[in-house]
Amino acid sequence: MNGGRLVVVGNGMVGQRFVEALRARDTEQRWQVTVLGEERRPAYDRVRLSAYFDGVSAEELNLHTPDDGVELRLGEAVTGLDRDRRVVTTAHGEYPYDALVLATGSYPFVPPVPGTDLPGVFVYRTLDDLAAIRAHAAGRRTGAVVGGGLLGLEAANALRLLGLATHVVEFAPRLMPVQVDTAGGAMLRRYVEELGVTTHLGVATTALRPGPDGTVRALELGDGTAVEADVVVVAAGIRPRDELARAAGLDLGPRGGVLVDAGCRTADERIWAVGECAAVDGVCHGLVAPGYAMAEVVADRLLGGAATFPGADTATKLKLLGVDVASFGDAHGTTEGCLDVTFTDPATRTYAKLVLSDDARTLLGGVLVGDATAYPTLRASVGGPLPGPPLALLAPADAGGGAGAAALPGTAQVCSCNAVTKDDVDAAIAGGCADVPALKACTRAGTSCGSCVPMLKQLLDAAGVRQSTALCEHFDASRQELFDIVRVRGIRTFSQLIAEHGRGRGCDICKPVVASILASLGSGYVLDGEQASLQDTNDHFLANLQRDGTYSVVPRIPGGEVSPEKLIVIGEVARDFNLYTKITGGQRIDLFGARVEQLPLIWRRLVDAGFESGHAYGKALRTVKSCVGDTWCRYGVQDSVGLAVALELRYRGLRAPHKLKSAVSGCARECAEARSKDFGVIATETGWNLYVGGNGGFRPRHAELFATDLSTQELISLVDRFLMYYVRTADRLQRTSAWIEAMDGGLDHLRAVLVEDSLGLCAELEAAMARHVGSYSDEWRDTLDDPERLRRFTSFVNAPDVPDPSISFEVVRGQPVPVRGGPPPTTAGPGTAGAGEPAAVGGRRQPVTLGMPEVRR
Amino acid sequence: MTTASVLDWTTVCPLDRLESDRGVAALVDGVQVALFRTADGLFALDNQDPVSGAYVLSRGIVGSRNGVPTVASPLHKQVYDLRTGDCLDLPGVSVSRHEVRCRDGLVEVRLRQEE
Ligand SMILES: Cc1cc2nc3c(=O)[nH]c(=O)nc-3n(C[C@H](O)[C@H](O)[C@H](O)COP(=O)(O)OP(=O)(O)OC[C@H]3O[C@@H](n4cnc5c(N)ncnc54)[C@H](O)[C@@H]3O)c2cc1C
Repeated sequence: MNGGRLVVVGNGMVGQRFVEALRARDTEQRWQVTVLGEERRPAYDRVRLSAYFDGVSAEELNLHTPDDGVELRLGEAVTGLDRDRRVVTTAHGEYPYDALVLATGSYPFVPPVPGTDLPGVFVYRTLDDLAAIRAHAAGRRTGAVVGGGLLGLEAANALRLLGLATHVVEFAPRLMPVQVDTAGGAMLRRYVEELGVTTHLGVATTALRPGPDGTVRALELGDGTAVEADVVVVAAGIRPRDELARAAGLDLGPRGGVLVDAGCRTADERIWAVGECAAVDGVCHGLVAPGYAMAEVVADRLLGGAATFPGADTATKLKLLGVDVASFGDAHGTTEGCLDVTFTDPATRTYAKLVLSDDARTLLGGVLVGDATAYPTLRASVGGPLPGPPLALLAPADAGGGAGAAALPGTAQVCSCNAVTKDDVDAAIAGGCADVPALKACTRAGTSCGSCVPMLKQLLDAAGVRQSTALCEHFDASRQELFDIVRVRGIRTFSQLIAEHGRGRGCDICKPVVASILASLGSGYVLDGEQASLQDTNDHFLANLQRDGTYSVVPRIPGGEVSPEKLIVIGEVARDFNLYTKITGGQRIDLFGARVEQLPLIWRRLVDAGFESGHAYGKALRTVKSCVGDTWCRYGVQDSVGLAVALELRYRGLRAPHKLKSAVSGCARECAEARSKDFGVIATETGWNLYVGGNGGFRPRHAELFATDLSTQELISLVDRFLMYYVRTADRLQRTSAWIEAMDGGLDHLRAVLVEDSLGLCAELEAAMARHVGSYSDEWRDTLDDPERLRRFTSFVNAPDVPDPSISFEVVRGQPVPVRGGPPPTTAGPGTAGAGEPAAVGGRRQPVTLGMPEVRR
Repeated sequence: MTTASVLDWTTVCPLDRLESDRGVAALVDGVQVALFRTADGLFALDNQDPVSGAYVLSRGIVGSRNGVPTVASPLHKQVYDLRTGDCLDLPGVSVSRHEVRCRDGLVEVRLRQEE
């Protein structure tokens, strides 16, 4: 059975992953796939469900990508399974199958307590559930969660974010009873109560009572007390959805779930189960990673493979209500004769416990609350020798996480998301990977949750790979260090800097970097004095060098908004100077083919018409693109053009380690493509959502949500901080995405620094930006005002009236373009490589003429 | 070093027209020459970038590599030895060099055609 009709029941996280895994392997399209999903929307990221309350839209949680070879039928629950006839039934009809995969997930368990059917009582599983909770919570004041486990605490945080006074009722004597022990639970409780959430532990909920309007009003507890609650969420555990299998007579696991073998197949050879509904060898798994592993197993098996379920890592690390909690291995010390080492620090409010074998040599498991830095190393050490003395491992922060990645056995999993062992990482290092990005690309370690990135660094260190941060042969310092040296020491010139902190004469790497640093620190006009010699040709001529030695000119058009008069001036200039004209992706106009001596003449006319430099030539802010926003658009909710113009004017001229782009969209339809920008803004009903770290280009990246529902003022302060921090600390040519990726702690760290001000830098960053804004002056206007500065715009120092004879144009589609085949040869005679004939031979140029209509003029 | 033909010195411009650590282009007998003024002295190379064919070397960034004075092509950043014209990044590639001197505050160039 290696092909035919394949029916998948359920389009949740695992069902979706299964279909993708199968389609990736089934290159010959042997399986014809139909997916039947009960929910009305395609698969989404249930793990991040709560982000919905942080302003993340349902679209952003989407996991589904359309596939021609897969028929997806949503809102169509399977109600029957006939194994003899090999069909499943829905309200719309029957679907025959040759193979059937059940991926039906779980349902929330609701304890048999009177009143759970009242309006105002919810479960916490689907986007629809969350939307209903939000709708019901509007205008209400109190909330309660039944269940103090992982999910319950997540729901409690949601109620808190909705502005409700929140209670949590847990039957066990501590919070998160499955993951943490008594002392860890006590520490957790302190954190949770400090956030204003009231906990009721060791007590059962006996009934839910309605108010006069018939909706829920209060919880009755086993100790006789009552808790007022207008919104109740029941989070008392989950149960596998095994009803189809049960009705069809398939075996179930001892605690429910579709019983399958290690190949994820039921006793019926045509039926398989994956994800939370499956009981592999009798055991159900309530996390997504084991589900994904099952999806891969079945995809492999359906194409003739023999993969088996590798077993599940039940280790969990999460941030709940701002508290790091991790548990791994035998967290409760149930192994015969095991020993505990615990560490409690009321001052830093951390709790940690390690469970060791009876000879205190082997790590069996542990619990961390408040500080989970040591988690990656510890989790990877389970079952092996301790990578260091227990207390050193547990001591918080700097000491803890650091200890001993190198001491791990080779088979220890460094990255459990992608099943990468220490041996794999070491082999990659031996094979030449010299930094974390290279390791990520080569092994996939660190590319999912990222919690092992610090370990990757340690392993590089341990292997003796010095990750040189030297800028070039002239400076041993990195860009960031040079920035600090220049700033703190008040250095104003390149010669002083290289004399005191470098060697040699500099080069095309360090000179532009220093020029950019000096510009960021407010050293005035970028082409005065010695600074002129540091600039790349683009900055030197304030224009963009093109392949034939001519330049292009890009006036700033903030937000893409331009008056007809100004547009006409651009057209006239282009016509009068015979410039090739093209609209750019950044909503402005690029004029090509200007010779150096023409640049001041062109800019005189542009400046007189009110244009400014667009800094298209600089490692600087380029454009802030916008959609038309609520001024005209039927869907717009904010003034995206107004904000884009304001942002572009605020940050124009800002020099940075790499070019910077931005965009503002006036609604969630995102017509300005803000998520592909270094910083993008998307309007919401009540403000702005800020995204950071996106880019197009060679390695496209989507920006990630950084902060939500900001007022315009809040947005500007955050962007000020973000940009200045980037300018100060990024490496040369490091884009914002790579900069964030390279940080220990990534986006969370960035948020701590820029939102919570964890380094106490925010005021300084804002002040630095204020100085930039206050001292901005248009470089082209400054150039035109000064004959000294204009001197460099000559073709030949001894023949300023002779235009460069090598530049010539032909006409293509009615516009001038460089003549192909290179400029005419020099008269310099024979014998030198490269006279006339370019030395490097690239690929062949493809003429675009075939089948193209002749354009008549 | 053999020199096939030696042309005359041509006066190009006053020395103070050359910014230090930067280049300019000059037109000498129809040949485009890139002139550089550095702390190590004056240098003259052909202005044509042999890799791209464009006449842009005079607009590159001047510096040093292992003590050798250099200019980097502004198009694709290959680095050339200002003294010899040899490309330090691409073996076998070079640009012609010319002679340059300063007399009475004036920069003079003599084209060189090597065999
Ligand atoms: C709030 C929350 C937070 C979580 N956090 C984490 C976490 O941090 N880490 C972690 O590992 N896991 C977490 N989980 C668990 C994780 O979401 C699940 O393990 C994962 O979604 C399981 O995937 P699945 O495909 O098996 O089930 P699901 O994603 O539930 O998908 C099953 C789908 O099948 C559909 N279906 C059911 N029966 C039928 C039928 N008869 N016909 C058609 N369709 C049907 C359902 O409607 C559903 O859409 C969290 C879950 C929640 C709710």
